[in-house]
Amino acid sequence: MSSKIIVTVLGKDQSGIVAKVSGALANNSCNIEDISQTLMDDIFSMIMLVAIDEAKIKIDELKNLLLKLGEKLNLKITVQHEDVFRFMHRV
Amino acid sequence: MLINHNEILETVNMLRQEKLDIRTVTLSLNLRDCQDSRPAKLQHNIYSKITNTAKNLIAVVDELESKYGVPIINKRIAVSPISAIAEGCKGKDLRSIAITLDEAADKVGVDFLGGYSALVQKGFTSGDVSLIDSIPDALSVTERVCSSVNVASTKAGINMDAVKKMGGVIKETAEMTRDQDGVGCAKLVVFCNAPEDNPFMAGAYHGIGEAEAAVNIGISGPGVIRSAIENSPGLDFTSLSEIIKKTSFKITRVGELIGREAAKRLGVTMGIIDLSLAPTPTAGDSVALILEKMGLEYCGCHGTTAALALLNEAVKKGGLFATSSTGGLSGSFIPVSEDLGMVKAIKAGALSIDKLEAMTSVCSVGLDMIAVPGDTTAETISAIIADEMSIGMINDKTTATRLIPVPGKKVGEVANFGGLLGGAPIIKLSDHSSKDFIDRGGRIPAPIRSLTN
Repeated sequence: MSSKIIVTVLGKDQSGIVAKVSGALANNSCNIEDISQTLMDDIFSMIMLVAIDEAKIKIDELKNLLLKLGEKLNLKITVQHEDVFRFMHRV
Repeated sequence: MLINHNEILETVNMLRQEKLDIRTVTLSLNLRDCQDSRPAKLQHNIYSKITNTAKNLIAVVDELESKYGVPIINKRIAVSPISAIAEGCKGKDLRSIAITLDEAADKVGVDFLGGYSALVQKGFTSGDVSLIDSIPDALSVTERVCSSVNVASTKAGINMDAVKKMGGVIKETAEMTRDQDGVGCAKLVVFCNAPEDNPFMAGAYHGIGEAEAAVNIGISGPGVIRSAIENSPGLDFTSLSEIIKKTSFKITRVGELIGREAAKRLGVTMGIIDLSLAPTPTAGDSVALILEKMGLEYCGCHGTTAALALLNEAVKKGGLFATSSTGGLSGSFIPVSEDLGMVKAIKAGALSIDKLEAMTSVCSVGLDMIAVPGDTTAETISAIIADEMSIGMINDKTTATRLIPVPGKKVGEVANFGGLLGGAPIIKLSDHSSKDFIDRGGRIPAPIRSLTN
């Protein structure tokens, strides 16, 4: 199985969300392969496909780090291996 | 991106808002190689086998939970029927074996271990009698051990001697755990056509035809199905069924992923995915609420059986395409004490034991987690079991009872079993006697449908 994760970010729009989340990923050698974002009624949602093959930290640690960042910015951040989405939405 | 933005948000929402989870990862384990005529040696073998094979179970499941972001609620173990494993043991000290199982479950960190079981649909062996007689004691001295007795099958008919015996066993079990509202009975299931690969407690055991060890997965997600119905108002039944099927497919795929990975990491066979909707006492995690969302004022009013039939079929059809390893009970569960919607319906006088019995003819599993008055006679309990077994036998499906005669409590009072077992109002039963019927004994012969060859 591949080592790619999906990071989702949900919450009230504010400046610097993309920079802060992608900065945290870059600091740990995680490579953002794809990114999409939308804004609906002031609610910001961003989804990133991130390769973690060369990451400096384990998925658990990355998850905790991003959860803490989410708490600080008042955003809901989730980190999940991409396979759960592939299994659920593709045959 | 391979998966689009909305699909990803849908999954995240299912997990965060709608309580999608994997209900159980159950390690099913053969104990036949533990048999020994010396009691101490048998206990040693059982303890070693379980603690060695399952030593990584909790760690592996926790890793998967974190990796995929999918909550996995229960981790459990099912073992070969102890009646067979202990039959050749001198003195048949079953109490000690139950305690050994409890200690092994504690050591590896699972909350329930199933398989303190006997299969007696056609008749009893000496090991079966010893085990059944020891159930009340075993369930009162252990915390984690679950017991089941298969008393009927479509092929063999109904062993009415066993049905009679189980009425007494249930009464005695309730009495021995009376300080906890008879909670011992919440760990005791009486089956017709018990599946050999069921991951759900209290009825899980490792069947004789199973591999050495396997991982069986119980999926869930009543909240996800309810939301799907809620978000599509005014649909006719064909379209409603389509929505449920699609949702069930997605839920089952998550089970398939977890099952494959868990089996690989534990080095055992991937067993089955049980396509079940299992409620919990958490608000919103209710099968009754799904039925009510279809347009019923209360679960239990006229139309409930039809609504449940639609739900059950659609869940299975959607799930079937999502995995090639279906098995277990596979159907909607209606455990009363574990479903806040059912509890509410009973309190409102909308849901009766008779309606519940009718519902069991179109879903899995049976009269599940139903609190009945403490002064219910053993014969009445046996008669309820006999009715339920006949539904299973004639319809070639699994049925079961998990009845709790709550000591000292009457209709309208509430029993509390704690945790995932929840609590339930005591339900009203018939006031009339079935004693002479139950006292006949013998076997109700197998139905015409058994002659399929």
